[in-house]
Amino acid sequence: MTGGGQSTPATGATVVIDRGALDDLLAGISGQGYQVVGPTVHDGAIVYRDVRSTADLPIGWGDEQDGGRYRLRRREDGALFGYAVGPHSWKQFLHPPRLRLWRAQRGESGEGLEFIEESTEVPRYAFFGVRSCELHAIAIQDRVFLPGANPDQSYAARREDVLLVAVNCGEPSGTCFCSSMGTGPKASSGYDLALTELLDGENHRFVVEVGTERGALVLGGVAYRLAEDVDQHDAAEVTAGAVAKMGREMPEVDLRALLYANYEHPRWDDVADRCLTCGNCTMVCPTCFCTSVEDTADLAGEGAERWRRWESCFSVSFTHVTGGQARQTPRSRYRQWMTHKLATWIDQFGTSGCVGCGRCITWCPVGIDITEEVSAILANPAPPEEAS
Amino acid sequence: MAASPSAEPLTPALGAMTPHPHRVVSRRRETHDTWTIALEPLPGHELPLFAPGQFGMLYAFGAGEIPISLSGEATALDPLRCTIRAVGGVSGALCALQPGDLVGLRGPFGSRWPLAEAIAGDVLIVAGGLGLAPLRPAIHHLLSHRNEYERVVICYGGRSADELLYMNEFEGWRHRYDLDIDVIVDIAASDWHGKVGVVTKLVELAAFDPENTIAMACGPEVMLRFVALTLKARNLPSERLYISMERNMHCAIAQCGHCQFGPRFICREGPVLRHDEIEPWLKVPEL
Amino acid sequence: MESIEAELAGTRMFRNLSPQHIRAIAELGEEIEFVDGRALMIEGDPADAFFLIRDGFVALEIQAPTGTITIETLHNGDPVGWSWLFEPYLTHFDARSRGTTRAIKFDAATLRRRSAEDAQLGFELMRSFTSVIVERLHATRLQLLDVYGGVAVS
Repeated sequence: MTGGGQSTPATGATVVIDRGALDDLLAGISGQGYQVVGPTVHDGAIVYRDVRSTADLPIGWGDEQDGGRYRLRRREDGALFGYAVGPHSWKQFLHPPRLRLWRAQRGESGEGLEFIEESTEVPRYAFFGVRSCELHAIAIQDRVFLPGANPDQSYAARREDVLLVAVNCGEPSGTCFCSSMGTGPKASSGYDLALTELLDGENHRFVVEVGTERGALVLGGVAYRLAEDVDQHDAAEVTAGAVAKMGREMPEVDLRALLYANYEHPRWDDVADRCLTCGNCTMVCPTCFCTSVEDTADLAGEGAERWRRWESCFSVSFTHVTGGQARQTPRSRYRQWMTHKLATWIDQFGTSGCVGCGRCITWCPVGIDITEEVSAILANPAPPEEAS
Repeated sequence: MAASPSAEPLTPALGAMTPHPHRVVSRRRETHDTWTIALEPLPGHELPLFAPGQFGMLYAFGAGEIPISLSGEATALDPLRCTIRAVGGVSGALCALQPGDLVGLRGPFGSRWPLAEAIAGDVLIVAGGLGLAPLRPAIHHLLSHRNEYERVVICYGGRSADELLYMNEFEGWRHRYDLDIDVIVDIAASDWHGKVGVVTKLVELAAFDPENTIAMACGPEVMLRFVALTLKARNLPSERLYISMERNMHCAIAQCGHCQFGPRFICREGPVLRHDEIEPWLKVPEL
Repeated sequence: MESIEAELAGTRMFRNLSPQHIRAIAELGEEIEFVDGRALMIEGDPADAFFLIRDGFVALEIQAPTGTITIETLHNGDPVGWSWLFEPYLTHFDARSRGTTRAIKFDAATLRRRSAEDAQLGFELMRSFTSVIVERLHATRLQLLDVYGGVAVS
């Protein structure tokens, strides 16, 4: 059962492991000192929690997603990855929702003030079951937190050691649109291993693309054979099938130019009538990164702390100037979120902020669909610039 | 930007979100709700020199942190000075500090006034209310490098005589023959014998060559829009007007998202921004 | 020293007038000087003159029970007084010189009569003064916005 004596595959190789070997793979990963997190069924959804063996995975589960709708359903097979993404994204591990940055101590009678930073000892995560859209989302957040003079140390520490085991989608959901965003369904880079699940009756196996040496290492102790043409073909079919089943589509136009020209489009009033500014979209979006700083003090006034927590641009007090809030209306805040995600993000970070995962559509209580909003503006855009 | 001279290494190397402890060495009341405090770092916590226009994040123990522009001279000889208006919990706490009290400071952040670009031309400074504070380091630079510039004109507008900043310094500046400086107030008390009206009036009267002038303006956003219109009427090209913008900030390192203005992070691309680049964005209500 | 005619032609408010109209106005102007504290006009008086400040400082004032309030100050190139254009042709504010002010004083009463006869002249005068009034209105509105004060407490 083990691959005792078998050398680890080369980086860039494509191998095949069978369903039974998957537990060996998980064991191999935790044997290398990783804390494995991956999809599990919990509270009626598929969310990322600790995974110790394949028994923890959503075996035989699928999902149904639409605007404002998410349901799990029982599949007729034993697929381990027969569903699309759920409300969780990996950002909660790399960019935690609450993080203490430092503690401050004030000496007696005002003598001395010391700031003690939190240590950057972080768990060594393995993300098991990362979709292509999520790989892109991680790469996008890398561009937010890592470059420049002040990289986020906590993010960098978590990111450096994380092992990424990707899964190529076979079952996009009703709200997925990664194809039209160029972010999937097949993982093309940024992974240590990429799995494609193949289920034909008794022959339940996984095609594994080895992305890095680190990925190759965790295959030590896992029985594998080199992939043959038929395996590659079957894997390609999975991807082709996913492309065909994609739930939504983002119009493939210059979104930056479109949105820059349409800041006063009447569609913003239309969506403002529906948007509750609940901020769900920002919580589930894998690239949204806004945070707020909370400075607290203890009752005695001797100790203080600074915490950082996730924030949403939909909060009315998110942006203010002397004299009051700068985005008072829901209209302006929805517009800020969408134009940031699809347009100004490009100027800021060089790529779109959207990966087409569809979470914002599924988890919006009123089912606002970002692809539909873009289409509506595109159908009737503002006339070309009548510049002053 | 020069590094602070002969500083001990920062002990230990602190992250960008961690304040450096500083001691308040003096405090001066400017108006009924505005104070200027001077800070000196505790040993090992010297920050790089702030350039005119840049800001720091000033932390009042337990209360919070706000962005405050440097308002002193940007040299190694002057302690770090900042002018704060008490409008809320954190600024109120900072304004209540006494000499000897300790605060936290991170910085410098942001873009600077275009003092190098302005060399060999006229310089027009337009300040409204508290907007004079971030311009004060620029004024000091112009005056201590006076022969690098042609005409230097300062237009300062405030609400009333008792809300003007740095008036003791103004008197000294007024007596310089190489500086054209004037003040105007919206509301005149009976003992005010100076000009009354809006600061754009001073800009209309100012003597400068619109083809060879850099203008730097700071003040409430509405005032800046009126100033921009007045300068347009005087044929000053929009790309030669620089304004300092304001938004709330939490991180000051372009990672918290609060200070975004269209594609720009005011903490990093700003606060000093060239007017022609942001003019289309200024026109979008509730951007 | 520039003739009054040449000076009017160089001002922003009159530069688009025809030479004949400029001459018609200039004919009714005379140079005048005010010492410190002297009034150019007093509230309530008939508005029979308007002024163009050549070099000086004029304060528009109103006398309140608590004392004199300065509403606005006018400077080089500014016209002073427009109540002469509108009924009941009465001055609304005091205008007082601070320091020495050299100005041109125009016989507004005669100008009113001439405008009644020459509609084109009347129209041009109205247009010129309206542009000044609009500018002052913008400035006054900005003053009213009290942009430096009235801060919300966070």
